[in-house]
Amino acid sequence: MKHALEYRDGRLARQLAARIAAETTGDCAGYRFMEFCGGHTHAISRYGLEDLLPPPVRLIHGPGCPVCVLPVARIDTAIRLAERNGITLCTYGDLMRVPGSRGVSLLRAKAGGADVRMIYSALDAIAIARAEPQRQVVLFAIGFETTTPPTALAVRLAVERGLKNFTVFCNHVLTPAAIQNILESPDLREFGRVRLDGFIGPAHVSTVIGSEPYAFFAEEFAKPVVIAGFEPLDVLQAVLMLIRQVNEGRHEVENEYGRAVRLEGNEGAKRDVAEVFELRKTFEWRGLGQVPYSALRLKGRYGEFDAERRFALSDAPAREVPGCQCGAVLRGVKTPLECRLFGSVCTPETPMGSCMVSPEGACSAYWTYKRFRAMAARETAA
Amino acid sequence: MSRRAFPALDLRAGRVDLSHGAGGRAMAQLIGQLFHPAFDNEWLRRGNDQAAFDVDGGRMVMTTDGYVISPLFFPGGDIGSLAVHGTINDIAMAGASPRYLSASFILEEGFPLAQLERIVRSMGDAARAAGTAVVTGDTKVVERGKADGVFICTTGIGVVPRGIEISVERVRPGDQIILSGSLGDHGVAVMSRRHDLQFETDMVSDSAPLHELVRDIVAAGGPAVHAMRDPTRGGLAATLNEIAQQAGAGMRIREAAIPVKTAVAAACELLGLDPLYVANEGKLVAFVSKAAAAGVLGAMRSHPLGQDAAIIGEVVPDAQRFVQMTTDFGGERMVDWLAGEQLPRIC
Repeated sequence: MKHALEYRDGRLARQLAARIAAETTGDCAGYRFMEFCGGHTHAISRYGLEDLLPPPVRLIHGPGCPVCVLPVARIDTAIRLAERNGITLCTYGDLMRVPGSRGVSLLRAKAGGADVRMIYSALDAIAIARAEPQRQVVLFAIGFETTTPPTALAVRLAVERGLKNFTVFCNHVLTPAAIQNILESPDLREFGRVRLDGFIGPAHVSTVIGSEPYAFFAEEFAKPVVIAGFEPLDVLQAVLMLIRQVNEGRHEVENEYGRAVRLEGNEGAKRDVAEVFELRKTFEWRGLGQVPYSALRLKGRYGEFDAERRFALSDAPAREVPGCQCGAVLRGVKTPLECRLFGSVCTPETPMGSCMVSPEGACSAYWTYKRFRAMAARETAA
Repeated sequence: MSRRAFPALDLRAGRVDLSHGAGGRAMAQLIGQLFHPAFDNEWLRRGNDQAAFDVDGGRMVMTTDGYVISPLFFPGGDIGSLAVHGTINDIAMAGASPRYLSASFILEEGFPLAQLERIVRSMGDAARAAGTAVVTGDTKVVERGKADGVFICTTGIGVVPRGIEISVERVRPGDQIILSGSLGDHGVAVMSRRHDLQFETDMVSDSAPLHELVRDIVAAGGPAVHAMRDPTRGGLAATLNEIAQQAGAGMRIREAAIPVKTAVAAACELLGLDPLYVANEGKLVAFVSKAAAAGVLGAMRSHPLGQDAAIIGEVVPDAQRFVQMTTDFGGERMVDWLAGEQLPRIC
């Protein structure tokens, strides 16, 4: 704990903020940085970091929130599955409240009689499958590279124990593919709706995949990347390192999170994932649409543990709540305040889109921590 | 009818069955051999379906609360002591001294009598220690699976001395917000014993009766004490937002001033929780006019249950009724209500 507190020291923060202010040249508007991860979005809002940054520095929230990027169609499929007789759907807590296309969430489905259980770890689902052999237990697996190794472990345990009633509804997605998609998007390239001058790179994801995968973007798109931890001083330090790269015309991958991230990442975790999963040709992301080679599914030899195969699942066309701007928010094109639903019909109690559900979602972070600013801004505009 | 009219309950290996709630011999046996000895007092001994008592001068305060906690036993307490402390504290927050309690039990078929005895004894001990008595009660048994071991409802009655008016509508801008001690001890102690979460911690629940601390606060602050509340479910964040709504004002608090034990901070870090939202069972927040705040703070710190008390912020004019916090880090953020349950992070 002492170790974590060292990264939240207000005195050091003010020193860093002063250095950031001194090194941002007033005439340069080139300090628009996207924090890819919802973990960073959350830290920025929770600690009020934007109050410490001078006006030329803008932070743009990226799509790195696993609950947020899951498209409505996948939620619908999970709900339809959970409503079948004999199925027990195990899910992480946040997912329960994400509305599907009929406005029904897993929480509502549960209240209506579906057997939906909230779990804290993939291994909880294995425990349920062992304890209740008469149920077909499905793990609703979501997340970036951080949560994939535990799912791989759960599958391997299911193999070892010969579990016939355990499957995975796999929605694991990949960070580098999403970053590339953003950098190649028309918003950036054709319409210039977003300008990005650099990335604050993922913290936990990078502990698994390492810093090496980002080298391509830094080089190909000439954007600096600084991998940063989720503590507030990490974020400030990363901003300073990005500013220096911009000022010096560099575009390199730098690692602020050296205490946890190595160049090659976690070889053991990567091996486990490679053993169990293979790339999907394409996968739909909320906000980004179809992104090639951006998600994982179980390999053929683990097919019996794949819920999509065992239960012949297919996604039906789905639609977002009309007016919901989650997609634009996830691409960094709009801020939550530019969505007309924000704070009127869409609140954490009655979320219309996924970005209001997860604490890592930009809308939830704005609502929970920054609403007072939002109200002030709207009053000024009106 | 003497207690000896029935054979002894098997308090070692016996279990609650449906007959214990059926109004017959088995129920009388349970009440006579388990509840009465634990709660023993002159009102129960009379054996009526109600308790009659005199109440001395002042206004009466009444409150009721249901306890459905899981697990039933946790470091620093159990559902029994909690059911006494929680209700006493709701009474005390009006500046009242608690007098009488009722206890209503909903038992699940199959619940071990040994555990029930442990809970009921703990409840009796807690009531006596706080100078109150459980004077009437009720027992129901539901089929297995229809409850989670034991649910307890307690109702409490207390008396506020004349001239004391502690109520949320008296909160106004300028009031100092005083917190009686560290946040999150109870929630973390309980979560550490949840079967799906188990983790190692030396935290014990702060569950405690606060009426004596309240007495000292009122003695020191008198009419300058405008309102008090105990931040239980939803934590300090929920309590401050409730009061901001009810009082029609905003709040500004300082993160650096809020006491949180290292073990609680560490557990919250691990689980992705925020101590501001974690439950407490032996803490209160007092809203006191500025002039009297230092005196009240001093009185709180001289009481064992308030030795870590701190002024954490103040009430401000704000039509939006927002609770805002200056972070340790120097930035500003809102402290919102909790949406749903606070959940561990998944990424």
